[in-house]
Amino acid sequence: MKVTRREFFKLTGVAALAAVVVGCDWENDPVFSHRLEDAKEVTTICPYCSCGCGAICYVVGGKLVSVSGDPDHPINEGALCSKGASLLNLNTVYNLRTHDPELNPNRLDKVLYRAPYSQTWVEKNWRWAMDRIAKKVKETRDESFERQADGITVNRTKAIAHLGSAALDNEENYLLAKLMRSLGIVNMDHHARL
Amino acid sequence: MTNHWIDYQHSDVIMAIGVNTAENHPVSMRWIDRARERGAKLISIDPRLTRTAAVADIWLPLRPGTDIALLGGLINYTFENNLWQHEYVVNYTNASYLLAPSYSFADGVFSGLADGAYDRESWQYELDEKGNPLQDLTLQHPRCVFQVMKGHYARYDKDTVCRTVGCSPEDFERVAATFCATGAPGKAGNILYAMGITQSTHGSQNVRATAVLQLLLGNIGIPGGGVNAQRGEANVQGSTDMAMLFHILPGYLNMPQAKAHPTLADYNAKETPASSYWANKPKFLVSLLKAWWGERAAGDNDFCYHWLPKLDGRNRSHIAIFESMARNEIKGMFVWGQNPAVGGPQAELERKALENLDWMVAVDLFETETASFWRRPKVQPADIKTEVFLLPAAASYEKDGSVSNSGRWIQWRHKAIQPPGEARSDLWIADQLYKAICYHYLRGGVFPEPIVGLNWHYGEGEEEPDIEKVALEINGYDTGSGQPLENFTKLSADGSTACGCWIYSGYYNDLQDPPTKRRIRETEGIGTHAGWSYVWPLNRRILYNRCSSDPSGSPWNPELPLVWWEGGQWQMNDVPDFAWKDAPPEKTAGSPFIMLPELQARLFSPGMVDGPFPEHYEPVESPVANVLSPQQNNPVIIWWQGLGKLASSKEFPYIGTTYRVSEHWQSGIMTRNSPWLAEMAPEMFVEISLELGAKLGISNGSEVLVSTPRGEIKAVAYVTRRLKPMAVAGNMVEIVGMPWHWGYRGLFPGDSANVLTPHVGDPNTTIPEYKAFLCNIRRA
Repeated sequence: MKVTRREFFKLTGVAALAAVVVGCDWENDPVFSHRLEDAKEVTTICPYCSCGCGAICYVVGGKLVSVSGDPDHPINEGALCSKGASLLNLNTVYNLRTHDPELNPNRLDKVLYRAPYSQTWVEKNWRWAMDRIAKKVKETRDESFERQADGITVNRTKAIAHLGSAALDNEENYLLAKLMRSLGIVNMDHHARL
Repeated sequence: MTNHWIDYQHSDVIMAIGVNTAENHPVSMRWIDRARERGAKLISIDPRLTRTAAVADIWLPLRPGTDIALLGGLINYTFENNLWQHEYVVNYTNASYLLAPSYSFADGVFSGLADGAYDRESWQYELDEKGNPLQDLTLQHPRCVFQVMKGHYARYDKDTVCRTVGCSPEDFERVAATFCATGAPGKAGNILYAMGITQSTHGSQNVRATAVLQLLLGNIGIPGGGVNAQRGEANVQGSTDMAMLFHILPGYLNMPQAKAHPTLADYNAKETPASSYWANKPKFLVSLLKAWWGERAAGDNDFCYHWLPKLDGRNRSHIAIFESMARNEIKGMFVWGQNPAVGGPQAELERKALENLDWMVAVDLFETETASFWRRPKVQPADIKTEVFLLPAAASYEKDGSVSNSGRWIQWRHKAIQPPGEARSDLWIADQLYKAICYHYLRGGVFPEPIVGLNWHYGEGEEEPDIEKVALEINGYDTGSGQPLENFTKLSADGSTACGCWIYSGYYNDLQDPPTKRRIRETEGIGTHAGWSYVWPLNRRILYNRCSSDPSGSPWNPELPLVWWEGGQWQMNDVPDFAWKDAPPEKTAGSPFIMLPELQARLFSPGMVDGPFPEHYEPVESPVANVLSPQQNNPVIIWWQGLGKLASSKEFPYIGTTYRVSEHWQSGIMTRNSPWLAEMAPEMFVEISLELGAKLGISNGSEVLVSTPRGEIKAVAYVTRRLKPMAVAGNMVEIVGMPWHWGYRGLFPGDSANVLTPHVGDPNTTIPEYKAFLCNIRRA
């Protein structure tokens, strides 16, 4: 089957292989061609401002090799600003000595825990952290929970706050809104207020 | 946004006020330039010669915090020169409504003020015996909205406006003549705004002033027009829609208040207006409760309405939360992808308040200043009790999910790679968190029912939750068959439908081909791209689009018809925003604003807490007295305890203002950890004029200290022509401008501008007044 990039995305929205890609001039540009060789293309939307620009992630062997503007996207038509053009850096940077790509050394890739009055972070596993957090939430909620106030059912706690997040996806925010309200949380706000 | 980015190409005049679009939304310039290629004009209203101002046809330098003075001046200019769009204003707004005789305004204050709050009873229409507002379609009655408004803004004459704003009469004249010319039918004026408008103690009224001006000029609901809020984060539209805010539930349903809404019947009775699309609100709320509590939510238990927490009437927004934390009332906090230790106002107060927490859960890509508040400069970790969990999150392209841009386009992002190490999607973290909490509540605890009874089935054990199940729940489904609902017109209040966020209904209504994932570009048409992603509501790209045609259904601009009447039926380039089926033009001309009870736009609005018309007040810290009235500040500001003493202009003579640069994003935690960006903008700086530099002996590139009663920061001085002293009411005032992206972590640490900003905000929204405060500056 031979389809154009555009048709391919129309069909699937994801993962076009270079072998089936034809049709757009820029794909013959030598600067871009090396990125396309054997690279899986995955479309994304820039996580910075609210323009909603399209970008393409180029993935080889499960590693991100490049991110560039999506020429098919009607808003940015392939263009990206300085922040959008740096999207690779959120995951991958080039080592200053070896010039080899590596995981951004500042990225968090372990659960970190700081005990009361401690000077340092220590690494923990998810299971331990989730259980500990759940116990803290329960302890605070149970101590502060109001079933009623002035004879009216209120079912709330004022002792827990939740901030965030414009940096999360819709589905993630939705689940958090659902979870937090089920706990009775009323102190809830985020970036939109700033 | 009422419109969307691509639609900017259709504007005749674009006025960017309180937004530096070239630097903070660079791709917007693509569409602004497309318009300019046709001869459109760009106006930039900004204290600084930003990169937007530098390329604009007209730049009007405005003193921070005086937007209403300027916009009021433009409203007055529109009246004085008879530039308002007569047919539009008469038919589509409440201009003709008579106001009750009890309404009044004097000395900068509206009727009803007592003890720092307005009783809004007097801000009403005069009603006939049936309860309908009296109208005068000739707009001549002295108490009709039009005449009262005209009188209100007659005070905003050119001289008064220029003395307040600090601009020249020539600049004002050029802006007014250029922008107000778009009142001609068929012309499109577009107002862009961002945080320069909202971050003020009268920010909501700043926004209203833009809307009022646009309505007078007939610029709402038309291609190339609109009030377009350029939002700052990729999904701040979506996170607002999903109600990550204390006062709402998903889809802009107000949170229940204990006193007003003890039962579902009370909620429905008080929250459901008789007219407008909100008359369907009970369907939205019941469907939400069904989504959350599934089979447990039934008609005989008020659909578990009593499991929702009820508010106690107190403000619980960002500032309020930190004030409460400082009073030791909050013990635990979650913070997801947010960094108040840098981004919050009066940042030292907020950092200190965090020390009162017993526990904090922070979720992010990098170590934020907030997560590491316990080891910030000048504190001893051994003194801080807080137990902190820092959870590693996946970046945007390391997971699946949708985000909503400023134009309400809900676009899907596909997972390209695995997150590094043990980093996980926030969806997975939320799912695990629920399961861990539920585990303990299944074994006892205070009122476990709403938690253990939650309708939560997205995946087993520690696997990645099935995001499609979440998307389907947000979209809505039939509770009998489980099939997705086409859109929110299918919702019901009897429990037969579940829907997590009614305005998103339709975005995932086809599991094989979800609209949110669609990528079909328009090949002909006016750039609405209806086949690209899904836009809430109902895939409608331009809101209030009945107004794009005249009352008889002919498009104001025949070159750019949006929704119009031809051949005995409605023709459309967009999804109509009115009850159009079997409704000819004369039946729809009087009801183009379907979300308002009047069904017509409000030039006069009883819905604001601080006045039915926007009125100029000075920022809480200002070097000058209000020229327009003896009322110096917004009279209903909430004065928070943490604010402390305000700066006096004697000690702190300069106006401080904050902004952003292209290379950094918000509190900087992503960009200061991205080496390419951090290298381009490595250092905190402040900008001052050549005149102020010479006066204080500050040379370009030297170190300076900037102070307010809240704190002091160090920065590099940028002595520049981009800022100029301004003549305000006979005084020369200087501005100290500064970006706010830095903090004590990341590749290139620096001081945070928000150490200087005050804990005070808008009375409607509590958005902080970051944009205008008093400060001092000296050589380091």
